[in-house]
Amino acid sequence: MITLNHYLFVSGALFALGLAGVVVRRNILVIYMCLEMMLSSANLALVAFSRFHLTDGLPDYSAQALVFFTITVAAAEVAVGLAIIVAVYRAKNSIDVESVTKMQG
Amino acid sequence: MSSPLFYIFAAITLLFGAMVIASKNPVTSALSLAVSFVGLAALFVSLDAYFIGTIQVLVYAGAVMVLFLFIIMLLDIKAAEKLKPNYAAVAAAVLLFVVLIMQVAAVLTGFEAGRKSTTDAQLRPQQALVAMGDKALPTIANDLKAGQLPDTKLMGLQLYHKYGFHLQMVGLLLLVGTVGVVVLSKKENSPKGGRE
Repeated sequence: MITLNHYLFVSGALFALGLAGVVVRRNILVIYMCLEMMLSSANLALVAFSRFHLTDGLPDYSAQALVFFTITVAAAEVAVGLAIIVAVYRAKNSIDVESVTKMQG
Repeated sequence: MSSPLFYIFAAITLLFGAMVIASKNPVTSALSLAVSFVGLAALFVSLDAYFIGTIQVLVYAGAVMVLFLFIIMLLDIKAAEKLKPNYAAVAAAVLLFVVLIMQVAAVLTGFEAGRKSTTDAQLRPQQALVAMGDKALPTIANDLKAGQLPDTKLMGLQLYHKYGFHLQMVGLLLLVGTVGVVVLSKKENSPKGGRE
């Protein structure tokens, strides 16, 4: 039988994977993908809590509205972040994080 | 949702998530992440969140991942990851992963409210219909009467009634994001007039 804890564990594991990826990878793009993964894992926890917190026999839609806003903000963030990555690539000709250890252009 | 499906989609989500980190080629990473997001969307659907599942596929697996692939192709990264992996970072990442997983497991074993399964917490459209009374919109009331969950309609009601202001703010955020991207990706005009 699938319980709330199952979903929360998947969510936690996905977050841990994303965090490990951010630490271990040096490609900015892949680090960015791992950040997206962590955001999505939070969404999974929210939707799971929404489904198991019934109000009058329906899921709690406030949580799902929050997930909707998270997805929107994440999409805007990806657009801006990728533009920054392209700008960094133009300046340094590399997308390795170790090429941008100095703030000075 | 029956348990084999849950385990299949959870495995897809986590295994392809691991592939994102493990693969050398960023294109493989991006495609793995897209598959991982589709698995996650299936988990959303299993939680009766059909709208969020659809949005997950459309926005994340569709738009965002295409944007990632577009940038990867645009930058044409070839010899990016020729360097040997930093073993200290790998050790730190594995340690972080294990500690975090153990912590989540430890918290969840003591979490009584998490023992509820989907059969314990069944959706009750009839009860919702009674609770809403006359205030329910006809389209929602009809679906509830038929014993269905009008997921997208309830979501729309929530977004446009309760969170209408927030929705407009998010629209403004998207506008600001668009302007920011245009400013960031604009090429600086060099004084010689030559193209960079």
